[in-house]
Amino acid sequence: MTTALAISVESLTKRFGNFTAVDAVTFSVRRGEIFGFLGANGAGKTTAMRMLCGLSFPTSGRALVAGYDLFTESEKIKKNIGYMSQKFSLYEDLTIVENIRFYGGIYGLTDEEIKSKTARMLQHLHLEDQAKTLTRALPLGWKQKISFSVAMLHQPQIVFLDEPTGGVDPVTRREFWTMIYQAAHSGTTVFVTTHYMDEAEYCDRLSIMVDGRIEALDSPGELKKQFGVRNMEEVFVRLARKAKRSEG
Amino acid sequence: MSASVHVVEVNKSFTVGKTKVEALKSISFTVEKGELFGLIGPDGAGKTTLFRILTTLLLPDSGTATVDGLDVVASHKEIRKRVGYMPGRFSLYQDLTVAENLSFFATLFNTSLAENYDLVKTIYQQIEPFENRKAGALSGGMKQKLALSCALIHRPTVLFLDEPTTGVDAVSRKEFWELLRELQGAGITIIVSTPYMDEAGLCDRVALMQEGRIMEINPPKEITRGFKKPLWSVRSSNMYQLMMDLRALESVETCYPFGQYHHVVFKEDVQEQDKAKAAMSGIGLSDLEVTRIDATIEDCFMELMRQ
Repeated sequence: MTTALAISVESLTKRFGNFTAVDAVTFSVRRGEIFGFLGANGAGKTTAMRMLCGLSFPTSGRALVAGYDLFTESEKIKKNIGYMSQKFSLYEDLTIVENIRFYGGIYGLTDEEIKSKTARMLQHLHLEDQAKTLTRALPLGWKQKISFSVAMLHQPQIVFLDEPTGGVDPVTRREFWTMIYQAAHSGTTVFVTTHYMDEAEYCDRLSIMVDGRIEALDSPGELKKQFGVRNMEEVFVRLARKAKRSEG
Repeated sequence: MSASVHVVEVNKSFTVGKTKVEALKSISFTVEKGELFGLIGPDGAGKTTLFRILTTLLLPDSGTATVDGLDVVASHKEIRKRVGYMPGRFSLYQDLTVAENLSFFATLFNTSLAENYDLVKTIYQQIEPFENRKAGALSGGMKQKLALSCALIHRPTVLFLDEPTTGVDAVSRKEFWELLRELQGAGITIIVSTPYMDEAGLCDRVALMQEGRIMEINPPKEITRGFKKPLWSVRSSNMYQLMMDLRALESVETCYPFGQYHHVVFKEDVQEQDKAKAAMSGIGLSDLEVTRIDATIEDCFMELMRQ
């Protein structure tokens, strides 16, 4: 495995009792790539993502994330990745600045680093006059942008984004993707899930999971060509309709 | 009276910490009997607050609203017998089984599953194999189907669905909308909210909501027809550079990424493709593909947000 890869996964499997949630998936993600991780509800996306973040121990397989072995070095992985969960991951009853300070502390930044990063972040997001606002009082789109910036505080090699734009207004949704582009441009690998098929088109490459397996993996352009369809929505529908696994 | 829901000048505000949030700002609209009506807007638009007022769970600060001709404040008890409500957050009993949840709600409304089986059949059949499973152990899609069955068990005249498809994949969303069409066929008025702009096209009429206001109410086709300036879709091999370049052009009013294309509106009224291409001649990219297109609901929504 070369250093050009941010994530490299071989036959990664997760079973819960008799149920195989993730079934021997093999794929790799290049450094600085925007990698879309798609699939129907229940296809195994969240389980796979939790494994890659070191939050769930795999049943079998092999994986390197940010250069560390998923089976033996998961604590090192956690220090080198950022994670933004589907549900809002900041503390609602803390102010914006308190949240930044809290996460900065968790990731071991010095007081000075936290101070300078806070200033830069507030300026970048045009939130200087909201620094002491309770997070709870902010519109969702703002929260998601702050959440993303906080996940990037410690300059992780890879950032995992689990449905970051669900419910966000159309303008902010696009601003959020501009932030993703900027992160990728500066070398961060972005691993993202979404249910918006227009957002699937923004990824460099993407995979589509069906029943715990990766059924397709390529650039949006190649996938459309391969299936002979005009957009990613049609690719997704073709693949996801094949799902046999009962969602129950 | 043919109006199923009639809302006049409804206002509602909340206090969060020290901040006053105006959740609804003079909202007025009417939904006809048997209509499939969509409230389209992002998180924070006020959709849930409006649903809670119409289902008599919250009092408006001012204004009036009727459901089935009944006032939401004076006749709240009668309204509760008639409406079905599926909240955005799963609100059934997690430690009861599928069958127990359904029988509980049926009993509350003095009815039974057997009595209304024809109405819920299509939906309930999909979860029937799991009828002895606890609701808390169901997947997202199954929970949604159980919640819908429970909301329908007393044959409501009006069905309120608060973001039923949020976080649901593209295929399941399609199937869910097919179900709604079927229910509409059974004569039920449906008011459904969604943050997915592409779902607007599946409604008879929609209200576009943003920050407590209704920006426009119309059938989806009329909304998209109302997009004033010509809209152009543009692509090249380097989409990020293209967006930066287009936004830097003096002649460009807006440029938003839309999947594999950027949607561009010029300040001037550019009708012909040659002129559109000429207006973009300052861009260094050589492989531009420029096409005149019809606006989508999302284009219209963003245009309304700018105003």
